[in-house]
Amino acid sequence: MSIGVRNLVKRYGDRAAINDISFDVKTGEILGFLGPNGAGKTTTMKIITCYMPPTSGTVDVDGMDVREHSLEVRKKIGYLPEMNPLYFDMNALDSLEFAAELHGLRGNAMQQRVKEMVDVCGLEAVRHKDIGEMSKGYRQRVGLAQAMIHDPDVLILDEPTSGLDPNQIVEIRTLIKELGRAKTVVLSTHILSEVQATCDRVLIINDGIIVANGTPEQLQRTFQGAEEIGLELKTSSIRPIEEIIPKLKLVAYVNDVALLSHTGDVSKFEIHAEKGNDVRESLFRMAVSEGWIILEMQRRITSLEEVFHTLTTT
Amino acid sequence: MATFSLSNVGPIYRQEIRSYFQSPVAYVVIVVFLAIVGWFFTSDLFLINVASLRIVFELVPLVFLFFVPAITMRLLAEEKKSGTLELLATRPVRDVEIVLGKFFAAWTLLAAALAPTLIYLITLSALGSPDPGPVITGYLGLLLMGGVYIAIGIFASSITENQIVAFIVSLLIILALFMADKVLVFVPPAVASTLEFISIDYHFENIARGVIDSRNLIYFGSVLGFALLLATTSLERRKW
Repeated sequence: MSIGVRNLVKRYGDRAAINDISFDVKTGEILGFLGPNGAGKTTTMKIITCYMPPTSGTVDVDGMDVREHSLEVRKKIGYLPEMNPLYFDMNALDSLEFAAELHGLRGNAMQQRVKEMVDVCGLEAVRHKDIGEMSKGYRQRVGLAQAMIHDPDVLILDEPTSGLDPNQIVEIRTLIKELGRAKTVVLSTHILSEVQATCDRVLIINDGIIVANGTPEQLQRTFQGAEEIGLELKTSSIRPIEEIIPKLKLVAYVNDVALLSHTGDVSKFEIHAEKGNDVRESLFRMAVSEGWIILEMQRRITSLEEVFHTLTTT
Repeated sequence: MATFSLSNVGPIYRQEIRSYFQSPVAYVVIVVFLAIVGWFFTSDLFLINVASLRIVFELVPLVFLFFVPAITMRLLAEEKKSGTLELLATRPVRDVEIVLGKFFAAWTLLAAALAPTLIYLITLSALGSPDPGPVITGYLGLLLMGGVYIAIGIFASSITENQIVAFIVSLLIILALFMADKVLVFVPPAVASTLEFISIDYHFENIARGVIDSRNLIYFGSVLGFALLLATTSLERRKW
């Protein structure tokens, strides 16, 4: 079940919340939607889920336009809105039954499905508890359960882990991965490690336009700057630091060596090498021939945080 | 949109009924309603020594002015404020089904509040023999009038996220409809007949007198339908 977004624009008055974005989500893919607050993630999701129409452009889900076949599209989509709104005065079972009924499930088929979701989402212990009295983690489970109640092919999750503690985040993430195995999932977040942990592909959106699109690894590679290596050396006898730095600079592709600290016979360096060249092996050989002991050597990889930061701040 | 189905009115109706009766809301409004109506009925009965349902049919329309906005104000405003409207509207449910489900739920609550007043009727039957015709049409009139008020209340609830605003707006619209024929002496005769026809109380009194005229039924039906249509349109406003 694929999603196709073409030249989507949504204006609120004069301000364009999203400004001509296009992307595809392939069947079975988990797409991470990344961007600072107010970038247009939620707006895009509201349009895909038929909550509101775009100003211009089209969205189709499984080949059906969201405006022309709104009801059909809504049958195929499970949606967890931002802030996870729920009926706080209902208990988990009632709330799931209500959701199931709205999808036309009745009687035994409904009971069966509700029971399945209670099991899958681990709601057994709280199924008679009012949602208003539940912890945030359980509320999120109820939200996911009601989004999945009709076994949709597409899941749209707007910040599914926001406001949860680290343990709950891991639980919900695992749940999403399990539930999303055979589904097309779009999830938005501004937690970058989440994207790395769960998503096949990342879409970074800023100010209503897409600024990057690719797998987490691709993005890191594309936005990787010069090679950076942290090196901690122990020299066998105390030698003046002035002697070591020029030697390190002799290693092929090394552009610059910076001394970070120097105490006794232990020194820490930061070595910058030309982009795309791994100089760790040469450094190791140099150390061996000089009789230095390598205490630590680490290749610094541009994190998704840095990619995100570069792309979304100008 | 080949077939027009209203199959989701049922779930929304049941959900709203559950919400009314699982919280104190329904019980509080019913008790207050019965206390007011009962106090006037018994004081008529014992102080003035008149055994009549007249007071019920005079007083209830006034009590409805406040009772109905109180039970309809949260219906859509709360869903908008808490964001649950987004949950509803992204299900395969039409906006008109949401409006109708909530309308029938509030109407059921109103009927439930009205039902215990039938005890007065039993009391009166023990004391004398009331004419059944006007009693039946009187209750029918109250239900129709209540239905119109509820439809207006739902419209008021659909235009705002704030329940107090919804309460005041529906009270003002209902009051205007109710008062339309109370100002007839101040207006020229040409306007007077129009005002009279707009007035909900005029149509109610006709029905309560025991005459079911199609003019009155058409009035109730069209105002009710128009208000529900406005409410649905107002819900769909997010799509404009």
